[in-house]
Order: sequence, then C-alpha cells, then structure tokens
Amino acid sequence: MLQIKDLHVSVGDKAILKGINLEIKPGEIHAIMGPNGSGKSTLSHILSGKSGYTVTGGSVTYQGKDLLDMAPEIRAREGVFLAFQYPVEIPGVSNIYLLKAALNSIRKHQGQSEVDAMDFLTLVKDKVRLLEMDEKFLYRAVNEGFSGGEKKRNEILQMAILEPKLCIMDETDSGLDIDALKIVSEGVNSLRSADRSFVMVTHYQRLLDYIKPDFVHVLAHGQIVKSGGAELALELEEKGYSWVEVDQAAA
Amino acid sequence: MSASAQEINNLISQDYKQGFVTELETDTFPPGLDEAVIHRLSKIKNEPEFMLEYRLKAFRHWQTMKSPEWAFVNFEPIDYQAISYYSAPKRKEDGPKSLDEIDPQILEAYKKLGIPLDEQERLAGVAVDAVFDSVSVATTFKGKLKDAGVIFCPISEALREHPDLIKQYLGSVVPHTDNYFAALNAAVFTDGSFVYIPKGVRCPMELSTYFRINAANTGQFERTLIIADEGSHVSYLEGCTAPMRDENQLHAAVVELVAMKDAVIKYSTVQNWYPGDKNGLGGIYNFVTKRADCRGENSKVSWTQVETGSAITWKYPSCVLTGDNSTGEFYSVALTNNYQQADTGTKMIHIGKNTSSTIISKGISAGRAQNTYRGLVKVLKSAENARNYTQCDSLLVGDKCGAHTFPYIEVKQPSAQVEHEATTSKISEDQLFFCQQRGLSAEDAVSMIVNGFCKEVFRELPMEFAVEAQALLGLSLEGSVG
Ligand SMILES: Nc1ncnc2c1ncn2[C@@H]1O[C@H](COP(=O)(O)OP(=O)(O)OP(=O)(O)O)[C@@H](O)[C@H]1O
Ligand SMILES: [Mg+2]
Repeated sequence: MLQIKDLHVSVGDKAILKGINLEIKPGEIHAIMGPNGSGKSTLSHILSGKSGYTVTGGSVTYQGKDLLDMAPEIRAREGVFLAFQYPVEIPGVSNIYLLKAALNSIRKHQGQSEVDAMDFLTLVKDKVRLLEMDEKFLYRAVNEGFSGGEKKRNEILQMAILEPKLCIMDETDSGLDIDALKIVSEGVNSLRSADRSFVMVTHYQRLLDYIKPDFVHVLAHGQIVKSGGAELALELEEKGYSWVEVDQAAA
Repeated sequence: MSASAQEINNLISQDYKQGFVTELETDTFPPGLDEAVIHRLSKIKNEPEFMLEYRLKAFRHWQTMKSPEWAFVNFEPIDYQAISYYSAPKRKEDGPKSLDEIDPQILEAYKKLGIPLDEQERLAGVAVDAVFDSVSVATTFKGKLKDAGVIFCPISEALREHPDLIKQYLGSVVPHTDNYFAALNAAVFTDGSFVYIPKGVRCPMELSTYFRINAANTGQFERTLIIADEGSHVSYLEGCTAPMRDENQLHAAVVELVAMKDAVIKYSTVQNWYPGDKNGLGGIYNFVTKRADCRGENSKVSWTQVETGSAITWKYPSCVLTGDNSTGEFYSVALTNNYQQADTGTKMIHIGKNTSSTIISKGISAGRAQNTYRGLVKVLKSAENARNYTQCDSLLVGDKCGAHTFPYIEVKQPSAQVEHEATTSKISEDQLFFCQQRGLSAEDAVSMIVNGFCKEVFRELPMEFAVEAQALLGLSLEGSVG
C-alpha cells in the first residue's frame, strides 16, 4: 500500500525528517509515537500533500504510484485521508454540505455518479449513530464552536463516510474524554478491513488498548529510532522515550 | 502542490459568460450631450411636456456640479461628450409592442441569458421587464398583474399613461439635485421599470427587471420607481449583464422606492455587469443612486444586493425612515476580483420614532481588487428609541487585494441604540488544505468558503435567485486560486 524510502524533509533550511523508512501493507495498523517536535505531524502532512515543506530526498510510493507527485485533492480522491491534529473551522459551511461535496468529488474521480440524496442521508445518519454524535452537528458549520473533543470526533465521522484506503490519524485521541475515546475507537475498529491501512500518531497507550496496532514505531529527531510490535508501546509507557533515544545513541 | 499564497496570486483569470454581442440594426444618437439631445430624447419617447422641463432643469443643474472624488475608486475622467445617450433596436413603428414584434435576435439574447420572454417558456411566478440598452423591449405577465391592480411597466410608458403618479413621486426620494450622477440621470434617463402596488394588495408574483447593455459607446441611464401604497407588499429583483468590451461603459441609475403605511418592499439585485478583463481593461462603471423612503408608519424596505460585476461599483442603497416604527434593512455581498473596485454600502436615516435598521455587509476581495464598505447611520433628534445593528465583514483571498471599512455614525437622539461589529479575515491556507484533503479542488474550496461567508445575505434572496447568486460567486472567483 505505502512505501516510504529514506525520506528527507525540511522547512526552509531546517531539516525535520532525516531519512524515514516505512512499509505499510494493506490491512495493517501502524502506530507512530515519539516526543513532541520529533516530526510526526510533518510526516502526516507530507503524506497528505500540505504545502510549505521541501522534500530533499527519498520517495513515497502509494499503490504503486509516486505519491509526492500528486496534488493533495488527488491523493484524497485516491483514498488518502488525514484526520487532523488541529481541525480547522469553516464558518457558514455546514458539515453535511462539506461531506456531500467531498464524497461526490471522490466518487467522480472513481467514475461513479453523484450520490443519491436519500442514500447519502441514510449513510450519514448511520455513521453519526456509529460515533454516537448528535445529528445537530451535521447542520452546524464545520467545526465552528465545536469543543476540542467534538472536533476530533467530527474528523472520524468524515473518515467513516469517505471510506479511505489509507487513514492517517494525527493524535485523534488527544482531547477525547474517556467515553469518547472508547466510542471513537470502536468506530475506527469497525472500519478495519483487509484492504484498509491505518497510521495512528499517538502519545498514549490508552488508544492502543482499544485499537491494537500491528507495529509500533518511535520517531525521534526526524528518524524512526525503534520499531516493534504492540508490546513496544507498553514498554515505552513504562520507561519513557529517553530509553530508546539512549538506545539509539548507543547503537 | 496545494494553493500557497504565491499561487493564489498567480493564476487570476476570469470567465464572463454573458459577454456576447447581439448584432442588430439600431437607432442610436451620435455621441454628445446638450439641450438639443435632451429635447430629442424626450420627443422620441413621446413624453409629456413636464418631463422635458424636469430633464432640462436637471441638466442645467448638472452642468454646475463636479464629479465626486470622495469614494475609494480610481478612474480616468469620463468624457460625457463621447457617449451616446440613446440606442434602441430598430422597430418598424412606435407604439405598443407585442412579443411577436420583437426582433427574434433580442429574444434569443435573453434566452441565452436564461431569461426566456416567450409565453410558453417564461419563468413561472416571475414577471420580467426586459430593458435592452435604452428601451424596454418586453414586459411579461402584464395582464395577470393588471387583474390584481398592479402596474408594472416600462417607466417610459408610465410617463405617458400614468403622468399623475410620475409627477407626484418621480424625484421625490432622489431629487435631481442630489448628486452628480443622479442629476445626470434625471436629465438623460431612458428606461427602467415603474411599479405601483395599490392599497392592501400583495403582489401575486415576483417582479423583475433584466438590464442588458448591448450597444457600444453608449451609456445606460436606468430609472426605476416603485410605489407601495398602504398595506401592500412587493418583491422586486433586478439583474444586469453586458458584453465584453475594451472600453469602459457607463451605467448611471437612479432607483426610488416609496413605502406607505404598513407597506413592505423587498428589492434584490444580482449585479453582474462586465467587470473588465484580468488586466483591468474595459468593464462597466456602475454609478448608482438607490434610495427608499419609508414614508408611512410600520413600513419596511429591505435591500439585498449581490454585486459581482462592474469595473467600478459606486452605490449606497439607502433608507430614509420617516414613518414611526418603520424598518430599513441592507444585506450586501460585494465581490471584487482582478482589478475591480467597489465602494458600496448604505445610509440609514432615522427620523421617525422606534425606527430600526439592520446592515449586514459581506465584502470579498481577490486578485488586486479593492473593496470598500462605506455606511452612514444617522439618528435625528426626532427618532426616539431608534435602533441600528451593523455587521460588516471582509474576506480577503490572496494578499494583493484590499478591504476598507468606513462606518459613519451620527446620533442626535440619546435614547438611540447603535451597534457596530466588523471583522476582516483571510481564507487561510489551513482551510484550503483541509478542503483539498477532503477531495475538493482549491477553486471549489474557495467558492465553498466564500459562499459560507455570504450565507446570511443569500438567505435573504428569493429562492431562485439565491441559487443563481451562489453559482455566480463561484464563477466570479474562477482563477482566483492556483
Ligand atoms: N513551518 C514550520 N516552520 C518552522 N518549523 C517547523 C514548521 N513546521 C514544523 N516545524 C518544526 O518541525 C518540528 C516537527 O514538528 P511536528 O509538528 O512534525 O512535530 P510532532 O512530532 O507532530 O510534535 P507533537 O507531538 O507536539 O505534535 C518541530 O520542531 C517544529 O517546530
Ligand atoms: Mg503533531
């Protein structure tokens, strides 16, 4: 699904990612952990096509194609979805309007007709129920006046409706209360399938208790300094990042 | 790559879909303006004597005036002797016209603009007066309106057939001495619509006028007068387009509204005159005086405008709130792209007791455009308990454009409550990226964000036109992002 090879990225003349290697197969869940400022969001942004970064080396292949060569909206239509760490507000544009426009642009790209109004409403209400949201959120302006947790849940609602192939979740758990974390996790689990992969950026084991990753990677100073199975996260929780960073320095 | 600030500024082109020219034989005056031209104009329109006198008085006054310079717009002085003051498609003979007498090419032109005039196809529930250059070429549903007692006809026809109403009301809201362009208009106006709604009548359909400039080197001097008698109710809409030409053309209009006791007038404008090309060449100068007099108690006038066209827009639809408990509203979306300039806003003059006014203005600038809101809220000593609420929001697309706000407030009555809120925002790269990440192109994203920004105003438009206005905004923004 996704191959990242020796990826180097900088902002201005500041190097942020310094040789990332990562391979993600269909159906896999990869958790990415690491200290603040280590480059996790940068990696999410680079994969989804945000401007302002310079790729100084390496490559990213998505479903056999050069991902870095695609416009951000093309990546989205090809199935790359980013649940933002800080979702933006769009005053005056209702959630449901955005969802419909987004879904139709993706369907059009895939050669499908526009979604039927009734089918769309059924789909959306279904997912709203899945995430235990109030239907009122559909008619409110995108994220305007939403609480931090509501914004995060709204991101996952969009993900559930757009059904992407590669789901990148940047700290979706931060800001969610205990109950919400459980509900959102169950929502994500229901999306798991053999041809859908997940990249979950998180700081906390708690999320991984609900959504069990196949792999855990530690990103520090722009590099993946350690990779392992689900148990690595538990070890990190216990020992902190200094343990792997020191480990890396010793290696 | 997504739309970075650089790219937003780069690709600026515009697609104007109404820019075609209709080839016709016309009766056109040679360029130039003097008293002889006014005599000729009045004669060709078969006007009563009092009208000629009114025009000449206005012309003499205009000659003593100077073109205003206070607005935040820039243009070369206009050579009024280089303009032709009358151009009309040739007709076999004068007199009342039916649809089959109209040149099929004109019918075709309106059809292309989405305004079919023939009996079978015309817009359901909307009566249309079609003004082509200096004359009205057709008015639909006249019979049905007549049954309701409503007069809806070209103003040139009203001059002949309802001279008493004209005498009583024309110039009573915007006097010929009001300002430079109003004086010019009073001297040389050619056509426009006349509406009279009798006492207690709720107009059975939307009324609308579609202004089309076709001829080159002419000015269009539109004059519209709407009178809503006691307890009556009317909703009126105007639309405007013009061909793409490299020369600037002048459209100097005067619109007067009179609302008597308990009457309601809703006046909506979708203005899409040719804005000029992406380098600022050509386009319409839209210099307009629009004013409503809420003469009676409990009367209400609501102006809603969506201004996307014109090289320069200079207009301030206003309400004089004379009657006690009368209400004035102004809802505006003004979008400027490329080198367009708009200086627009409103005046709310509170005279009667308990009068209230609401102003919602949304200005959008893209490209290198300048967009100015200029508004006056004036509360006279007599206006006890007057209230005003003003909200004035500007949205910038890119970083080469400008937004300016000049709110003037004069309050002479201590019990008045005047509130003013203003915001300026930019479409952020984060918003654009978010929308793109959901699969929308940058252009669709901008159009969606701008439409969201204008929502409070679109809500005020009659349904059919709200849809048109949204589509128009999308079109006018074409090329504003990369
Ligand atoms: N536009 C920018 N200009 C300058 N520095 C930047 C820019 N964007 C990111 N950085 C820097 O790059 C580094 C990585 O940032 P990033 O947001 O990817 O970290 P993160 O791992 O997501 O951190 P957190 O856990 O706090 O979310 C930080 O030091 C940040 O300050
Ligand atoms: Mg981050």
